[in-house]
Amino acid sequence: MKAAAFAYARATSVGNALELLKAYGDRAKVLSGGQSLMPAMNLRLISPEFIVDIGELAELRGIMVTDGVVRIGALTRHVDLLTSPDIAAHAPLLTEAIAHVAHPAIRNRGTLGGSLAHADPASELPACMVALNATIIVRGQAGERRVAAVDFFKGIYETDLSAEELLISVELPVAGKNSVHYFHEFARRHGDYAIAGLAAQATVEKDVFTDLRLVFFAVGDRPVLARAATRLVNITITPPVLAAASSALSEELDPHDDQQASAAMRRHLAKVLLARGASALLNQPDLNAGGRA
Amino acid sequence: MTAPMPISLEVNGERVDAQVLPRLNLADFLREQLQLTGTHVGCEHGVCGACTVRVNGEIVRSCLMLAVQTHGAFVQTIEGLSDSGEVADLQAAFRERNALQCGFCTPGMLMAAQDLLKQQAAPDREQIREHLSGNYCRCTGYQAIIDAIETTARVRGRGTA
Repeated sequence: MKAAAFAYARATSVGNALELLKAYGDRAKVLSGGQSLMPAMNLRLISPEFIVDIGELAELRGIMVTDGVVRIGALTRHVDLLTSPDIAAHAPLLTEAIAHVAHPAIRNRGTLGGSLAHADPASELPACMVALNATIIVRGQAGERRVAAVDFFKGIYETDLSAEELLISVELPVAGKNSVHYFHEFARRHGDYAIAGLAAQATVEKDVFTDLRLVFFAVGDRPVLARAATRLVNITITPPVLAAASSALSEELDPHDDQQASAAMRRHLAKVLLARGASALLNQPDLNAGGRA
Repeated sequence: MTAPMPISLEVNGERVDAQVLPRLNLADFLREQLQLTGTHVGCEHGVCGACTVRVNGEIVRSCLMLAVQTHGAFVQTIEGLSDSGEVADLQAAFRERNALQCGFCTPGMLMAAQDLLKQQAAPDREQIREHLSGNYCRCTGYQAIIDAIETTARVRGRGTA
């Protein structure tokens, strides 16, 4: 189908975009890369009256590394993240995850800010932001706010952003010494939305996790920072320890049924990901002996 | 402001000035206003890849881009790549290997394949598969398409060696 008619304005600055958003409120939608917004409009899932195109705002584009912080502008495209040596060096989880985000033609247009503001619970980047303990910077007429990624995602397509605010950038701590990551997702076709996935960031010292952030996606209404991970920190991981964490994970997840997978299948896949992830992060293949590679 | 807006862009090397409604996507603009019907419209929500074109040298889904967003851009369609001879060998390899039946997906397949071969001179079958993962073909079962791209890569490699 085709999108319904709408009025269109090309924002000339962040200030101009904020004025337009203030004037139109929730009747407007922000267009960045359009790779989630346009399908939704073409399917007539949404029909905004007004489109504010921020695509020309060069100030929202780019990757900068300073003082232990990686700063990524909201309009930075997936392809830019995928090929950035700074991202590969300082946030390698993101480099690995981006390869699973849709397909080359979509990665050439889709933006980080767009993906985060859209907040599809099956998408990879929101989960990575939570795993990397990112701070999301949003701006409104009243000024800027800094929101921890874990508090930013509120539900299916729901975030902490108000209709009058714009997502400006994200900040990630540079991956430290002994930092390791893991990313895997199950999908019907390479690049499709995940049926279940895991983005993980950890610090490992002498075969023990001193910090572990396991973020599951497509198994809830938002990225799930697993509390079960605390059971694996500062302890020697043995199969019984892992089994206990796996049961705890199963308890805390509340996955949904849909045409792709049942809730039980998603719960099972999350447990498989937990075992594979822990085993890969510690580089101990034996821990995943029962789980197939 | 739902009235037509002026845009000015370059399509296949020619300057185009047009008036477009904001809701008009690039695929429909190319097909209906410029009669460049080689760009096909399949799913209209970014899944099938039939509408793949180049904007500023990079492949994109023309169903997921508004015509107004191409103001000042440089667009290339399958007609442009075909007329310039850029994909002549790929087209010949597709024909040779029966890598098309109904042909609906072919323009998008050629755009995606050429994009890969520009980035990687000698991709393996897995890399070809991955680069084409966003393009559906309902006739050939893909193997012949991958064969044709693999053959083209090999022949091009020989040519420059």
